[in-house]
Amino acid sequence: MIPAAFDYHAPNTLAEAMALLARYGEAAKVLSGGQSLLPLLKLRLGYADHLVDIGRVPGLEYIKEEDGYLKIGGATREVALERSDLIRSKYPILLDTALVIADPLVRNRATVGGNLAHGDPGNDHPATMLALGAEVVATSPKGERTIPIEKFFTGLFTTALKPDEILTAIKVPIPASRSGGAYVKLERKVGDLATAATAAQVTLGKNGEVERAGIGLTNAGPTPIKATQAENYLQGKKPDDTAITEAARLAAQATAPTVDRRGSVEYKREMARVLTARALTQAVQWAGGH
Amino acid sequence: MVPQTIAEVGGMGHSIKRKEDPRLIRGKGTYVDDIQLPGMVYMDIVRSPFAHAKIKSINSENALKVPGVLAVITGETLAQYNLHWMPTLMSDTQMVLPTEKVMYQAQEVAAVIASDRYAAADGVEAVEVEYDPLPVVVDPFKALQPDAPVLRTDKEGKKDNHIFHWEAGDNEGTNRAIDEADVVVKQDIYLPRIHVASIETCGCIADFDRVMGKLTVYMTTQAPHAVRTVFALVAGHVGLSEEKIRIISPDIGGGFGGKVPVYPGYVIAVAASVVLGKPIKWIEDRIENLQADSFARDYHITAELAAKKDGTMTGLRIKTLADHGYTDAAANPSKFPAGMFSICTGSYDFKHAFAEVDGVYTNKPPGGIAYRCSFRVTEAVHAIERMTDVLAHELKMDAADLRLKNFIPADKFPYKSALGWEYDSGNYHGALEKAMQKIGYAGLRKEQAEKRKAGELMGIGISSFTEIVGAGPSKHFDILGLKMFDSCEIRIHPTGKAIARFGTKSQGQGHETTYAQIIAEELGIPAAHIEIEEGDTDTAPYGLGTYASRSTPTAGAAGAMAARKIREKAKKIAAHLLEVAEGDLEWEPGKFSVKGAPQKAKTIQEIVFAAYTNHPPGMEPGLEAVSYYDPPNLTFPFGSYICVVDLDRGTGEVKIRRFVAVDDCGNIINPMIVDGQIHGGLTMGMAPALLEEISYDENGNVQGGSFMDYLLPTAVETPQWETDKTVTPSPHHPFGAKGVGESATVGAPPAIANAIVDALAHLEVRHIDIPITPEKVWKILKEKGVAL
Ligand SMILES: Cc1cc2nc3c(=O)[nH]c(=O)nc-3n(C[C@H](O)[C@H](O)[C@H](O)COP(=O)(O)OP(=O)(O)OC[C@H]3O[C@@H](n4cnc5c(N)ncnc54)[C@H](O)[C@@H]3O)c2cc1C
Repeated sequence: MIPAAFDYHAPNTLAEAMALLARYGEAAKVLSGGQSLLPLLKLRLGYADHLVDIGRVPGLEYIKEEDGYLKIGGATREVALERSDLIRSKYPILLDTALVIADPLVRNRATVGGNLAHGDPGNDHPATMLALGAEVVATSPKGERTIPIEKFFTGLFTTALKPDEILTAIKVPIPASRSGGAYVKLERKVGDLATAATAAQVTLGKNGEVERAGIGLTNAGPTPIKATQAENYLQGKKPDDTAITEAARLAAQATAPTVDRRGSVEYKREMARVLTARALTQAVQWAGGH
Repeated sequence: MVPQTIAEVGGMGHSIKRKEDPRLIRGKGTYVDDIQLPGMVYMDIVRSPFAHAKIKSINSENALKVPGVLAVITGETLAQYNLHWMPTLMSDTQMVLPTEKVMYQAQEVAAVIASDRYAAADGVEAVEVEYDPLPVVVDPFKALQPDAPVLRTDKEGKKDNHIFHWEAGDNEGTNRAIDEADVVVKQDIYLPRIHVASIETCGCIADFDRVMGKLTVYMTTQAPHAVRTVFALVAGHVGLSEEKIRIISPDIGGGFGGKVPVYPGYVIAVAASVVLGKPIKWIEDRIENLQADSFARDYHITAELAAKKDGTMTGLRIKTLADHGYTDAAANPSKFPAGMFSICTGSYDFKHAFAEVDGVYTNKPPGGIAYRCSFRVTEAVHAIERMTDVLAHELKMDAADLRLKNFIPADKFPYKSALGWEYDSGNYHGALEKAMQKIGYAGLRKEQAEKRKAGELMGIGISSFTEIVGAGPSKHFDILGLKMFDSCEIRIHPTGKAIARFGTKSQGQGHETTYAQIIAEELGIPAAHIEIEEGDTDTAPYGLGTYASRSTPTAGAAGAMAARKIREKAKKIAAHLLEVAEGDLEWEPGKFSVKGAPQKAKTIQEIVFAAYTNHPPGMEPGLEAVSYYDPPNLTFPFGSYICVVDLDRGTGEVKIRRFVAVDDCGNIINPMIVDGQIHGGLTMGMAPALLEEISYDENGNVQGGSFMDYLLPTAVETPQWETDKTVTPSPHHPFGAKGVGESATVGAPPAIANAIVDALAHLEVRHIDIPITPEKVWKILKEKGVAL
C-alpha cells in the first residue's frame, strides 16, 4: 500500500494555496485531513501529481454562531465538533454525526470540509448538512461563492467545487426554537460506512405541527439523498406515529442503493425506512414534541 | 489451586505480570520489520487479478527501468534452480512462482527487488503480464461434478478435483443407530472461510552470506526449527545444508496458525538473496495478507444426530466437503487429512459415530490452517453443539437439560470416544452447572417466555465444548515425519539465576512469563531471575513450534522435566554439602533440608553455587539439563459457555447482552494470562459468528479482501466477557495442565449462533449459518412476518 510519487506542497496562506491550485489545475488535489485521500492514493485507486496541504493555512478551523448562521471552518476537525459546547448543547444532530464517523483516531484528523468535498455518498456529514439546509462557501482566486448544499453533490465522488476552489466554510442557518435533530446510522462495525443512515432535523410550530422537516440519507444512492417528498409530506402535519411511518416510507422510496457487502438493495431500502422513522422520532423528541 | 511457592518466587498459580510487556507495551519489541541489515534491499510482489488464467507473457522491461529496481524474478528464474514448485505439508505441491498458469486471485506472479519499498511498489505496477483467462471453479460441489474443469493439470493423469477421502468410526453401527432411532435431526452447516488477520502481517529478511555460505532468515514463523528442516529438504539440491541455515523468529505480532505455513514469498526472498547476495526484506501489506495467505475453515458439513424420545443421543453421522483451494497446503501436523475433526462427538457419550471428509480443489488460495484450534476442532465443535440445539428444539427439550443428560459422566474418564480418542479427564456437568448458576439460567428462561409474549426477541445459547490439544503423541502426529515432541534446555548460572531455551515460539501467549513460572515452581528460583529464549534455531533446542495449544502440554512439560533433572543433581550436591544420604533429604520449593532437622538445609542458590565452586568428587561441575518431551496423550480442555442475545426487530442487529464462560484447562500456571487468553479468544470466536467471512464471486474475485469488508471486531463490538473456571487436572501431564489458547475460539461461535437461533426458535427457525449478519436475521424476521 504505497502511493505513486507526488509532490507535496504546504502553503502558509490561503492565497498561496489557491495559487498552487490554480497553477496545477486538475493535476493537484487539496489535502486536508487525508483520511479519504491518502487511502485512495495508497491503494493506487487515485493519483495526484501535486498535493496542496491546507493544514497550515490559518483561519479555517472554527465553530461559531454569527449573523444567523452556525459557521464551521472548512478544515475544522471532526474531533472539534465532538468537543464543542455549542455543538453539544444546540446541535445534537451534528454531535450524533461526528460520533459515528470512523473512530477517534480518524476523527482527530478528518475534517468536516473534507467529509463534504470528497463527494462520497457513504460519508455521514452530507446527509446531516442536507437535513440542516446548509450552505457551502467555496473560495478561489476569483473570490467567494456560496453553494446551497442540495446543489453541491453532483455525482459519485464529484461535487460542484472547481479545481481551483477551496471549501473554506459551511454555514448552517441557526434553527428556530422548538427544533431538534438526530442522526441514526446502521453500521456493520465501528468505523464502517453506513449500511444505511438517516439525518432528520425538525422544527415544530406553535401547535406542535411540523413547520420544517429536513431529511438526508447516507449511502442510499450515487449521491447523498435529500428526501424531499418525505419532507414535504410532513410539512404542517402532527408528527405522530402514523405521519412518521408514512414519511419513512416516502424516504425509502427516494433511495437507489446498490448491492455490496453491506447488504442487498432490498435490505438497504428497508433500513432507510426503519432508520428514518427512528431519526424522526428522536428529532421530534428533541424538538419538544411527543 | 493454592500456589505452592511464595509470591517472590512466583511459581504456578501466581498472576505475575508478563515479563515481555515492558518491552512490547513501550514499542520496544523487535518485529521482523524493525530489523535493518546493512545493504538490505526490498521485495514486492506482482499478483494475479484472475482466479484462473494462463500466463501468456511477463514483460519486465519497464519495471527494470524504474529507478531503484534491481531485478524482477519470475517462475522462469526459479525454474532454473527447480524452485518454482515446493511440497506442502500434506504431500501436495504448491507453486512458488508460476510458469504456466495462475490458480487463484492474488497469487504471486513475479517479484520485484529494489533499493527501497517505494521503488519496489512502482516496479510492481510496471511489470506487464498478459493473461488468458480460464474457466473458474469456485463452488466445491460443482468442482466434483464430472464436467468440471480439472484444475491440477500439472498432475499427470489427474482427472478430477478430488483431493482425499478420509473417514473415522463405525459406519454400519451408525447407520443402524440412525435407522432405529426415535428421532433423527439432519442439518447442513457451513463454516465459511475466515482469516487469522493477525496484527502483524507475514514477512522475512533473507540474508545469504556468500562468503560463509550461510543463510540467515529472520521470519514471522511459529515453527522456526521445522522451517529450517523444510528449507534444508526443499533446497538441499541447490547446496543449502541444514547447519548453514539459521532461522530467527523475532517478536511476533500474532500467529494463530497463520504463521505456520511456508509461503511462496519466503522462498522467493531466499532465492533472491542467494542470487543477488544481498539481504532481502519482504513484508506483506494487509491486503496481500488477507487475500493470499492461508485461510481457515471452509467446511461444508451435513450432520445427522439420532436420539431416543427421552433425549438420549444414540448416533452421529457427519459428512463434509472441505474446500482446500488449489492445493492442499493445510498446516496440519496430524497424520489425518482432516486433523482432529473426529473430536466431533464432543462432550457426549455416543456409542456410534461416523465422520467422513472429502477434500476438493477450487480456484482459491490454499490452506487451511488451524486458526486458533488444533486443526478442524472448531468445525467439529460447531457441528455437534449446533446439532445438540437442533435436537433440543425438535424434542422441545431444554438445551441445558439435553446436554446434562448426555454428557460423559465425570467417573467415566479416561474415556474412549466412539471415534477413537482417549479423553484424559473431564467434569462436564460441573462446568455447565457453574455457568448456569452464574448467569441465572432459570431466571433467563422465564424472562424469555415473558418477552416472547410481548413480541420481543431474546435468546439463550449454550456451548459445552470439548477441546483436543497438545499435538502430540508421536503415534498420531508428525510434520514431514518429524515427531511432535518439544524441548527445553535449562542452564543455571553460578549465582542462582537461569536461562532456559525452548523449541516453541511465543506470538503473544506470554511464554517468557509462564515458562519461567514452571521452572520457578520446580526449582524455587524466582521467575524474575529466569530468562526465557525461543526462536533462534542456532541456540534453542529442536522443537516443533507453537500452535495447536501445544506449548504448555509439550514444551511446558519439557521445562518441568528438565527442571526435575536439575533438581535431582541438586539433591546429590545438597547431600554432599549437608553430609547426609540423599534419602534423608526433603524438598520444598527452593531448598533441601534434612528430614527431622529442618534447620539443616541448603537453599537452591547455595547448591547452585556449589555446583560451580565445590562440586562433589566424581560429579561433573555445572548445572544444566535438556529434556525432549513426547507426550503420552493429548490433553482435553473443556468448558461451558452461555450467551444471551437480544435482537432488533427493525434492523436484525444482534446484541450480546451477557456471555458467561466457564473454562477448565486443568492446573493453571498464571491465572491472569489464562484470563487474557480467554478474553482474546472469545472476541476471536465472536468474530466469525457475527462478522468475518471471506467469500468469492462466480469469477473467483475475493470478497472481504481488505479491512473495509473483512470485519475484525474492535472493543466497541466486544461485550463484557464474564469468565470463571473449574479445575480438572490432566492425569498424564507432568504438572496437570492442559492447553488453553484455543478453548474460547472453539467454544464461542456455537454459543452465539445457538443464542440467536434460540431467539427465533418459536418461529420454527432451526439453523442459521455463521456469520449471522443483521441482514440474515432481518430476512428471517421478514419471512416470518415479525420485522418492524
Ligand atoms: C478507517 C476510516 C473510517 C472512516 N469512516 C468514516 C465514516 O464512518 N463516516 C464518514 O463520514 N467518513 C469516514 N471516513 C472518512 C473520513 O471521515 C474522511 O477523512 C473524510 O470524509 C474526509 O475528510 P479529510 O479531511 O480527511 O479529507 P481528505 O482525505 O484530505 O480529502 C478528501 C477529498 O476532499 C478534498 N478536500 C478536502 N478538503 C477540501 C477543502 N477544504 N476544499 C476542497 N477540497 C477539499 C480532497 O482534495 C480530497 O479529494 C473514514 C476514514 C477512515 C480512514
